[in-house]
Amino acid sequence: MKKWLNPGLWITLLITVAIGIWPIITQEAAKREVIFTVLMAIVFASSLNILLGYTGYVSFGHVVFFGLGGYVGMYLIKEYEASIWLAALAGGIAAGLLAFLLGKAILKLRGAYFALVTIGVNEAMRAFVNNFQPFGGPIGLELNFKVYKPYGGPADALWMVYYATFALAILVAVLSYAVKQSKFGLSLMAIREDEDAAEVMGVVPHNAKTWAFILSAILPGVVGVLFFFKNGNIEPAGAFRLHYSIENLVMVMLGGQGTVLGPVLGAFGYQRLRGFLVTNPIFKNIQLSIAGGLLLLIVLFIPAGAVGWLRNRFPRLRRVLS
Amino acid sequence: MGSSGLLTSLIDGILIGVVYGLAAMGLTLIWGVMNVINLSHGTIIAFGMFGVYLIFTTLGLNPYLTLVLVAILGLLLGVAIYFIAIQRVIDAPHLSTLLATFAVNMILLGVGTAVFTTNFRNVDYALGNIQMGQITVLGTRLVAALAAVFVAGALYFFLYKTRPGKYIRAVANNRAAAELMGIPSTQILALSFGIGTMLAAIAGGLIATLFPFTILSGGVYELKSFVIGVLGGLGNPIGSLAGGLILGLLESIIPIVMPNTWVPILEFVLFIIILLIRPTGIFGAKE
Repeated sequence: MKKWLNPGLWITLLITVAIGIWPIITQEAAKREVIFTVLMAIVFASSLNILLGYTGYVSFGHVVFFGLGGYVGMYLIKEYEASIWLAALAGGIAAGLLAFLLGKAILKLRGAYFALVTIGVNEAMRAFVNNFQPFGGPIGLELNFKVYKPYGGPADALWMVYYATFALAILVAVLSYAVKQSKFGLSLMAIREDEDAAEVMGVVPHNAKTWAFILSAILPGVVGVLFFFKNGNIEPAGAFRLHYSIENLVMVMLGGQGTVLGPVLGAFGYQRLRGFLVTNPIFKNIQLSIAGGLLLLIVLFIPAGAVGWLRNRFPRLRRVLS
Repeated sequence: MGSSGLLTSLIDGILIGVVYGLAAMGLTLIWGVMNVINLSHGTIIAFGMFGVYLIFTTLGLNPYLTLVLVAILGLLLGVAIYFIAIQRVIDAPHLSTLLATFAVNMILLGVGTAVFTTNFRNVDYALGNIQMGQITVLGTRLVAALAAVFVAGALYFFLYKTRPGKYIRAVANNRAAAELMGIPSTQILALSFGIGTMLAAIAGGLIATLFPFTILSGGVYELKSFVIGVLGGLGNPIGSLAGGLILGLLESIIPIVMPNTWVPILEFVLFIIILLIRPTGIFGAKE
């Protein structure tokens, strides 16, 4: 019971709730859209953190789970008039299944080879969906307006998707805390530090890594369905955008890889900064360069990220930040 | 399609493939010497394209002459990138170098997009056709392929016959041992990174004479370079030429038997399979 009273969990939850509740109080649609991208990034980045931060495997093409989940969900909604909840569940299962099958094959690769092969998987999937007629090929799938009717029309459906994403963000915070505190999480971190030594100590790396990969894939798949349902359409270039994976890696790095709070702060900080730069008249044209410059500074000088830096600098904070 | 059509597309595939090989050579040289995957590779290729384009349109120089200037600028850019972004994290985990080069990519791409926009450009320069029996070859393609082979030969000569080249190979082989032998490893690493970006810039310049391009076009060639690098063996720059040939031939043969859009699927599936079975590449050394 004691581990559930740890401030590390509650601070993370408090911050996540504080981020998500803001548009609900003000009931502004514009704020909701801004925070929606933050919450989506929290779900994606925290999931990625299970693989990247805890296990030490760099998945560059992680967006493949987001895209595949989105496609499966949208297909069910469009062709079989499935409810959004069933579709989201199916998207998560599809992503988890892909991770299971892929994990069997590619998790034996280490370091940069693993990173490269995940890029290859994402690009192969994008090229495949481009040719896959049931998913609409290069045009993709577009939802008819009437699918929003059962949820009280488009306006209400957008709010409903927002609440669902908010719930997912809270769920992912609890999940990443639970994994970190568990024996399973400990074996992941042992793999990160030294895979061969972990194996000698009785960890079965292949099983642990495969489970970490599956866990990190499911929620991006679910949130993919929510995102594309909200947008009303999906097409290959938008679904399998390698850049989005890398942005999420940046968020994890920014906040602190391997920490529970890190990806939440990183997602919030990165998305807000990006929002500021894109809309600012001075930086608008050069926003990519500024974001790149900041990233470079962080990678070079604060590689542990914000939370990691705080924990190293002020050892007392280790008790309250996890 | 008749046999002459098949032969024409085969020859086209070979010529383009050699240029692809040159594009991948820089990526794989950097990987081999310092175990860094250079994610700014594509944008540097695009900078090479724009270098040739700008000098050609403003000064009216022959595009192949401008390549010399583009090469020198590419070398300097690479050395600068190394000292600014790579040196501090060269011994850090892979994620750090991946993100550092990605950050460089964002910076360069941001500047490139602000200056050049994302409109299509092309280097309006033709060398006519070369007729051999029933086969027609575009002059620019032939010259681009010859130039690529020449650059590859020069790289081979540099790596195997000159002292700095031998230093590079020594550092690639075992950096600590090379340092003990008195090789200044920092300068050699910077030089290797510079040569890697120089090769990318030259390849970009050659591609600019073949196809229209935007500042974002580099991404396509970066992905191709990954595939070629894995085919030819990451860390084996000369193997890239063979990898490029394979890719060029695949791209010219596959469209004959199935729709063009299937090419990238087969390319990336091949890429994944080779990584899984033999991560050092078909022509790569055994680990």
